[in-house]
Amino acid sequence: MTEEPSRPDPDRLLAEVVRDEARAKRGRLRTFFGASAGVGKTYAMLEAARSARAGGVDVVVGYVEPHGRAETERLLEGLERLPTLPVLYRGAVRQEFDLDAALRRRAAITLVDELAHSNLVDGQPPPRHAKRWQDIEEMLGAGLDVWTTVNVQHLESLNDVVAGITGVRQQETVPDRIFDDADEIELIDLPPDDLLERLRAGKVYLPEQAQTAIERFFRKPNLIALRELALRRTADRVDAAAREYAGREPVSRPWLARDRFLIAVAPDEQAEHLVRFAKRFADALDAEWTVVSVETPAMLRLSEAERNRRIDVLRLAESLGAETVTLDGPAPGPVILEYARVRNASRIVVGEPRRRGWRSWLRPTTATYLIRRPHGIDVTVVAKRDEAGGGGPARRTAASAVAGSGGAEIRWDRYWWAVGMSAIATLVGALMDPFFSVTNIVMVYLLGALVAGLRFGRGPATLTAVLNIACFNFFFVPPRLTFAVSDVQYLVTFAVMLAVALTIANLAANVRQQTRVAGARERRTAMLYAMSRELAAARGIDAMRELAVKHVAETFASKVVVLLPNRVNHFDPVAVRADPRIYESPDLSIAQWVYDKGEPAGLGTDTLPGAPAIYLPLLGAARPLGVLAVLPSNRRRVLLPEQRHLLETFAGQVALAIERTQLAEAAEIARVAAETETLRNTLLASISHDIRTPLAVIAGASSALSDARLQLDEATRARLARSIEAKARDVSELVSNVLDLMRFGAGRIPLRRDWETVDDLVGVALSRLEGRLHEHVVTVALPDDLPAVFVDAGLMIQVLANLLDNAVRHTPPGTHVAIHGQVRDGNLEIAVEDDGAGLPPGDPDRLFMKFQRGREEGEGGGAGLGLAICRAIIQAHDGEIHASNRPQGGARFAIRLPIGEASE
Amino acid sequence: MTEAMFLVLVVEDDRDISAVLRTLLEAEGYRVAVAECAERALVEARGRRPDLMLLDLGLPDRDGQSVIREVRGFSPLPIIVLSARTMEAERIAALDAGADDYVTKPFSSRELLARVRAALRRAARTGGQPSLLKIGLLDVDFARRQTQGPGGPVHLTPLEFRVLECLARAHGLIVTRDQIIREVWGPDRVGDTRNLRVYVKLLRGKIEPEPDRPRFLLTEAGVGYRLDVD
Repeated sequence: MTEEPSRPDPDRLLAEVVRDEARAKRGRLRTFFGASAGVGKTYAMLEAARSARAGGVDVVVGYVEPHGRAETERLLEGLERLPTLPVLYRGAVRQEFDLDAALRRRAAITLVDELAHSNLVDGQPPPRHAKRWQDIEEMLGAGLDVWTTVNVQHLESLNDVVAGITGVRQQETVPDRIFDDADEIELIDLPPDDLLERLRAGKVYLPEQAQTAIERFFRKPNLIALRELALRRTADRVDAAAREYAGREPVSRPWLARDRFLIAVAPDEQAEHLVRFAKRFADALDAEWTVVSVETPAMLRLSEAERNRRIDVLRLAESLGAETVTLDGPAPGPVILEYARVRNASRIVVGEPRRRGWRSWLRPTTATYLIRRPHGIDVTVVAKRDEAGGGGPARRTAASAVAGSGGAEIRWDRYWWAVGMSAIATLVGALMDPFFSVTNIVMVYLLGALVAGLRFGRGPATLTAVLNIACFNFFFVPPRLTFAVSDVQYLVTFAVMLAVALTIANLAANVRQQTRVAGARERRTAMLYAMSRELAAARGIDAMRELAVKHVAETFASKVVVLLPNRVNHFDPVAVRADPRIYESPDLSIAQWVYDKGEPAGLGTDTLPGAPAIYLPLLGAARPLGVLAVLPSNRRRVLLPEQRHLLETFAGQVALAIERTQLAEAAEIARVAAETETLRNTLLASISHDIRTPLAVIAGASSALSDARLQLDEATRARLARSIEAKARDVSELVSNVLDLMRFGAGRIPLRRDWETVDDLVGVALSRLEGRLHEHVVTVALPDDLPAVFVDAGLMIQVLANLLDNAVRHTPPGTHVAIHGQVRDGNLEIAVEDDGAGLPPGDPDRLFMKFQRGREEGEGGGAGLGLAICRAIIQAHDGEIHASNRPQGGARFAIRLPIGEASE
Repeated sequence: MTEAMFLVLVVEDDRDISAVLRTLLEAEGYRVAVAECAERALVEARGRRPDLMLLDLGLPDRDGQSVIREVRGFSPLPIIVLSARTMEAERIAALDAGADDYVTKPFSSRELLARVRAALRRAARTGGQPSLLKIGLLDVDFARRQTQGPGGPVHLTPLEFRVLECLARAHGLIVTRDQIIREVWGPDRVGDTRNLRVYVKLLRGKIEPEPDRPRFLLTEAGVGYRLDVD
């Protein structure tokens, strides 16, 4: 046999099949793509729709921008149009795309213009999603085909390129993946001259208020550049599609690992640009890319705005498809390099350094560090750029909009401590002064600066350093008690002392902050472990919910609630509880959406970002199990990607635990069902025997009595009648037992408790069995001082009657049966003993199982239910029942009941 | 045996059971009418004015409890309820609704007829006090508060007498714990059964030949007591 052609990798084939299946279920997206407004995307889309409609396809216009263009209006005629949704926005009514109407209509193809449109988040009613592309995603998710339009400047990764070309920054962007995942891209191309012609002819609608900006936009060089961008982007996509297709064919060349780029971002203005550049760069080279942000001690000193920018940058990177990582270390350079090695990165991308000249020589920037250091990894330095043409205002994103005000507060008390530290150093110096040289006193001051740096941070440590010089000069440098200096060489001492003290203070403060950062991270990890451990030990859904709330609330300084759906997969409102950690007013409609879609929503997500809380699905193996709603006290706690990941990890742990419990419960139900099935079979077999036997006696005896040909004497007739009565009672007792067992098996036994005396209970039990006991010798030994017991008399009598009946059934006539009562270890013990053959071999506890009988087909039958009923009743009374063999022979059944308050 | 014969209304939807009951009761010298549903029973109870009603609680058309309440609205006639052993709550509800006693199914003829006799006896002398009572070998004279046994007088305390008297007045019908307590100790002690248990135990020690296996002063589990001297 010849060598086989290279075989396709089965895993990859499987992944493709899965993806194809997902695609088959999803609706198809067709995008009409253009270089700018006015090229005729909507026109082309409508024309295509008309011809599809003419071909009998169910096409519906979901939404088309009402630009008032005559051509557009004409094309719309004859097409079915969905009603638009009136939204009250800042006092005016605006017409918006009605997502729910489109979902209800379920047309074969729905037209939704302007993919990049932003929904009116502050409008009434508020939209489900912030962006139209999310509406379209949902439609695709629901299996509906959508046609839409978009311009090149709206693509997220090209956003700043376009801004650079046109000087206008687009506020409305679409993630590249939406564009890339579209099933069909139709480029609507119009040469710039023609477009300008159309503009001049007034065929392109221009809003009045944006007239100047748009005039600046529609300049010929801009249009040429945009057209080129659009063409290139389309070409890239076609190329990617071709490559993907090629990838499906068996490839004979060796497998090539994809490159991995590491993008090092600092929280500066450059970061966003860097990320966008990296996206294009990585796409062009078909590399995977990871955006790394290093948390250094210096970053803790950043302003609130800068810290929020870091969050924005990481979120942007994630939305562009990057993996984001936050690392910590004293300086970014070494940490990034180390991580690049770990991840096998082929290239590190950094921004152009901000520091230049002597400062960069003193403290090398990350870029310089990476370049100078030999490590065998390519380094790409991206040039710094100014914001394009002073264009649009800095973009406000959800994160920065919600950020709190003010920077880090200054801890004045630490400065007082710093002053104190100087005073202490001076005091110690004064004590040493008579015995040591001045040089040693300098050391004491340096020690003071070090301690201040370690304990109180950078600012106070600097204060200590300066105060130390002053004190040293004043108290110890001659002439003393003046700031004058007699010997000039002390000036050198001061300079060196100050430099050393400041350096020490700085280093110490760095170490301190480093420790704090590491400590916080470690605590979070520890919290995660703590929760996992406790969840593993917890039993029952409610306990798990409580644990999850406790841990998530503590770790994220939030109010939390774990929502689990009711039987019809809806959420019930949260019961109001005193627990301050419970988030009592989650938005149940958001929770429902999250549960139905299995995707997060709310604060910091793509869906309903305006909500105050974040809603994460608790994803089980097969389906969502519930929703975790977290209302953070500080929004940054959940907006920072790594925090978000941590939160998701928590959610994952909780979901895992809940699923485990639910599976366990399901298994238990299945087990009970199986047991019930066995029970029913045994019951049927047992009952049919135990009922037929007495019925045979009854039928036989009564037919004999009614048969006139039989010459029965009076004694015989009486005997027959008695046996009929006895067997009838047997059957009746059996039926009662079965009913009881069904009643008790169904759940808790309802107890009608009252104070009862044991002799009363025993007396009634004996009288109930009157007819049976006459062949046995029954003795009752109950001390007069037996306490009363708080029991259900009817049930307790039945226990005693069953035990007596049991004794009578399984022992021959003439056997002694004794009833004893006594108080032992705070319990009341009632025992029924006999001197018969004793218990059958085997575990005595087995006798209390349902349908167990001492001996197979024992005389007298009894279906083996009596003892099982006894045990159920005694357990319902919190008591115990045991069987044993007496040392002197015979069986002993003992009931122990707690006396409790019975000793009244 | 003409006008004096008592009329017993049997309310039972099962024809076999009502046939057995009819046989038993007629053999004992009662006249019997049978109603197979609650509506019919109420019509008969108004129209024929029976001396006693034997009522099965499981009727096809109406809840037996409501029948008891409705009959009590127009007649004090004795009602004896037939119920299964597992239906304890039902029996107690029936007593609360105004039934006089109950017999558990399956019943023996002896037990059923004893109840019927007791109920008729009590109805015949409502409020009347038996002044002399024979309990086994014991003679109790309520008027003179004396008890005479085979071996000489037996001393009963005044409270023991009152408990015994209360039971004796029921002529063998059940007396609930609350009824006894209300009559002997007063209404504000109802619910506190401790004294009653003690006195029943003491009484048994004096009137029963075998106090551990009482024959006369019988406990009805969870409900009350009856004094059966037949």
